[in-house]
Amino acid sequence: MTTDTELVRTDPEQPPVAIRQRVPMTPTARVTYLVIALLGGFAWTMVAIIRGEEVNSVWFVLAAVCTYIIAFRFYARLIQYKIVKPRDERATPAEAHGNGKDFDATDRRVLFGHHFAAIAGAGPLVGPVLAAQMGYLPGTMWIIIGVVLAGGVQDYLVLWLSTRRRGRSLGQMAREEIGTVGGIAALIGVFVIMIIIIAVLALVVVNALAESPWAVFSLLMTIPIALFMGVYLRYLRPGRVSEVSAIGVTLLLLAIISGGWVAETDWGQSWFTLGKVTLAWALIIYGFAASVLPVWLLLAPRDYLSTFMKVGTIMLLAIGILIARPVVQMPAVTSFAIDGNGPAFAGALFPFLFITIACGALSGFHALICSGTTPKMIEKESQTRMIGYGGMLIESFVAIMALVTAVILDQHLYFGLNAPIGLTGGTAETAAAYVNGLGLSSPPVTPDYFTQAASDVGEASIISRTGGAPTLAFGMSEVLSEVVGGVGLKAFWYHFAIMFEALFILTTVDAGTRVARFMLSDSIGNIPGARKFRDPSWRFGAWTCSLLVVLAWGAILIMGVTDPLGGINTLFPLFGIANQLLAAIALTVVFTVLIKKKLYKWAWIPGVPLVWDLIVTLTASYQKIFSPVPAIGYFAQHNAFAGAQAAGAQKFGTATSPAAIDAVVRNTLVQGTLSIIFASLVIIVVIAAVVVCVRSVRAGGLPTTEEPDTPSHFFAPSSFLTTPAEKKVAAQWAESGLDAVPSGTGGGH
Amino acid sequence: MLEPDGPETRSMVDAVLTMARGVRWWIASVMGDNAYARYLDHLARQHPDRAVPTEKEYWRERYSAMEANPGARCC
Repeated sequence: MTTDTELVRTDPEQPPVAIRQRVPMTPTARVTYLVIALLGGFAWTMVAIIRGEEVNSVWFVLAAVCTYIIAFRFYARLIQYKIVKPRDERATPAEAHGNGKDFDATDRRVLFGHHFAAIAGAGPLVGPVLAAQMGYLPGTMWIIIGVVLAGGVQDYLVLWLSTRRRGRSLGQMAREEIGTVGGIAALIGVFVIMIIIIAVLALVVVNALAESPWAVFSLLMTIPIALFMGVYLRYLRPGRVSEVSAIGVTLLLLAIISGGWVAETDWGQSWFTLGKVTLAWALIIYGFAASVLPVWLLLAPRDYLSTFMKVGTIMLLAIGILIARPVVQMPAVTSFAIDGNGPAFAGALFPFLFITIACGALSGFHALICSGTTPKMIEKESQTRMIGYGGMLIESFVAIMALVTAVILDQHLYFGLNAPIGLTGGTAETAAAYVNGLGLSSPPVTPDYFTQAASDVGEASIISRTGGAPTLAFGMSEVLSEVVGGVGLKAFWYHFAIMFEALFILTTVDAGTRVARFMLSDSIGNIPGARKFRDPSWRFGAWTCSLLVVLAWGAILIMGVTDPLGGINTLFPLFGIANQLLAAIALTVVFTVLIKKKLYKWAWIPGVPLVWDLIVTLTASYQKIFSPVPAIGYFAQHNAFAGAQAAGAQKFGTATSPAAIDAVVRNTLVQGTLSIIFASLVIIVVIAAVVVCVRSVRAGGLPTTEEPDTPSHFFAPSSFLTTPAEKKVAAQWAESGLDAVPSGTGGGH
Repeated sequence: MLEPDGPETRSMVDAVLTMARGVRWWIASVMGDNAYARYLDHLARQHPDRAVPTEKEYWRERYSAMEANPGARCC
C-alpha cells in the first residue's frame, strides 16, 4: 500500500500545520463501505420496490443513514478534491482575525454542534409531514437524494466561499461576485423571504396552540422560565450555561405535566383556551418584545433551552423509532400526488413536493448561517466538508424521522388532522364522513375514532389541526409512548412534542425578527440623512425598525389565521418557494465563482442543483401566478372570489360570509404579488450572474474576491475522527510545547 | 466473566470514563460553559497587557455584543 503523505510547514521552527494525503483505502475500509452500500441498497429495495403491505419504518432509517455515509465519503470528497481544494496551511478567518468573540477558532466537533443548532429548526419537521399526503415514497426519495446532490452541496460550498472571504454574508458576496444589481436584488430577496418564513412558522405555532389550553399554558410558562434563566446567568452564576439549561429543561417538563392538570380545571380552560386570532396577536406582541428586550433576558436563555431540547429530542426520537419499529400506514404514492388535489396543500407532485419539503433536502436559509456566523469560527478549511455537508446530512435525517412519524399514522387520522376545516367541517361526524369519502386504502372510521384519538392525547378535538406540528406530535406520541409509558403517557408525549416544536419556532421568530430588524436599519441607514439608523443602540431606530418588521410578518400571519381557505394551505407553498428561491440565489453565487475560477469541468456540481431548483421554483411560481385552477393559482382564486364579491354573494366556496369573501380577495392578491416579487428578484439575480459568467468565459476567467493567503500557525484534524497521521502531527505539537490552538495574528487589535 | 479488578475491567471503566468526560466536555463547549476560560486563554496569549475581566463582566460584554450582532436561527 503506497501512502502519499506530505506534511506542510509554514515555519521551519514549528511542526507541520497541514497534511496533504492521498491514502488508498485499506482493505478493511473497502469492505466496510461495501457492506454499508449493500445494506443501503437492500433498505432502498425494501422501501421502494418491495412495498409489501407492511413496510417497516426501520428501512427508512437504514436507507437514509447508509446513503449519507456513502455520500459523505465519496461525493463530498469528490467536491473537496475538485472544487474546494482546502489548504490547511492558510489561516482561516478565525485564526487570522481571532478576537475571542465572533472570530473564534472553535473545535470542529463543538462547531458542528453550534452549526447544527443554528440550521435545524421546525422546517425539516413540518415540511415532510405535509408532504406525506403524497405517500411515503416521493418524500423519502427527495429528502435523501436532495440532500446528497443539492442541500449538502449548497451548504458546503457557501461555507467554503465565505470562509475564504473573511466570513462575509451571502448578500455581500452576491454584490461582490455578481455586481450591484444582482447584489441588491439578493439583499431584498433575503429580507422578504425572512419575513415570509417568520410569518409561516408563526402560523404553524398558532395552529398547534389554538383551542388547546394544555399547550398554551405550557408554552406560556416558557417565558417565566427563560426570564428566570436569564436572571440566574446574569446575577447568580454567570457562565453556568449547561447548569441553568438543565434546570430550565426540568422546569419545562414540569410545565408540560402541570399543563395537563391546568387544562382539566374550569379556570384553566377558560383562561388558556385561546382562538387563533388572539394567539396571533399575542405572538406579534411577543415578537416585538423579544426584539427590543435585552438579549440576555429572553432571547439567549430561550436559545439555550431550544438547543438542549433540539439535540435531546432528536436523539430520543431516533432511538424511539429503532425500538418501536412502527409499520408504515400510508401508501407509497397516493392519488393526491398525481391529481394535485390534496387537502394539506394543493398541487401535483411536480413541482409542489419539492416546494413543500425544502428544509431537509435543500434549504436556502442555511446559506445565511453558512456565510457570516460559522465561517468565523472554523479552524481549518478542510473542516468545511464535515461542518457544511455533514451538518446538512443530519438535518436531512431529522426530516426523514419527521416523515416516518407522519406515515405511521392511520391514513384517516392523518387526513382528519391535515385537511382544512372547510373540508372536515370541524366535528367528529363530519370529519369521519369526509375522510371516509376520500377512498383511502385503510378501513373506514367512525366519529368515535376521532373523539377517542383526541382524548388519548388530552385534547378536546384533533380535527383540522393543520400546519404539520400536531401531526408530528401525534406520531411522536405513538412512537415514544410505545417505548416509555404506554397509552397513559401519550398525552404527555403529545404535548412534549408540541412544546418542542413551538420552542424551536419561537427561537426562530425571536432571532429572525432581530436579524430582519438589523437588515432594515442598515438599509435605511444608507439613505442620506438617515445614517443614525445604523446605530443599534439608538432606541428610536431600534423600536421603529422592530415595529416595521413585526408588522410585516404579523400582517401575513393575521392573513393566514383568518383565511377561509385555511392559512397553511395557501401560505405554506409561499414559504417553500421563498426558501428554495434563496437557495437558487446561493447556488447562483457559488456557480458564478466557479466559472470565474475557470473550474468549468466541475461547475455541474452546483450547476445541476441550481438548474433543478430553478425549474422547480419557477414552475411553482408560474403555477401560483398563472394557473387557471383556483385551488392552485392565487390570481385564479382572486378572480373567482372577486366575481362573487361583485355579484354580492353571501357565501362562496369555503367562505361563509361577505367579509370572508373580501378576505380571500385581499389575501390572494397579496400572496400573488409576493410570488411575483420573489420570482422576479431571482430572475434578476440569475440574469446578472449569466452576464458575469459570459464575460468571465470571454476574458478567460475573472478575479474573485477571495482573501489573500495568510499562513496558519497551528494544526487541527479535518473530520469527525482523527486519522493516524493527524494524531502524529498533533503529538508533535504537544511535544514542541507550542500552542496547538490557534494563536492568531492579532489582526491589528 | 471478568475479574473485578482485572486489567480488562479497568480498561473498560477507563474507556467509559473517557467517553463520559468527552460527552461532558462537548455539551459544556457547545452550550458555552467554557467560553470564559477560553477568552482568558485568548487574552493571555494575544493581549497579556490587557486587563482581565471578571466572569460577570465577560458575559455582560458578550451579551451586549450579541445585542448588536444577532445570529440567525434557521427554520
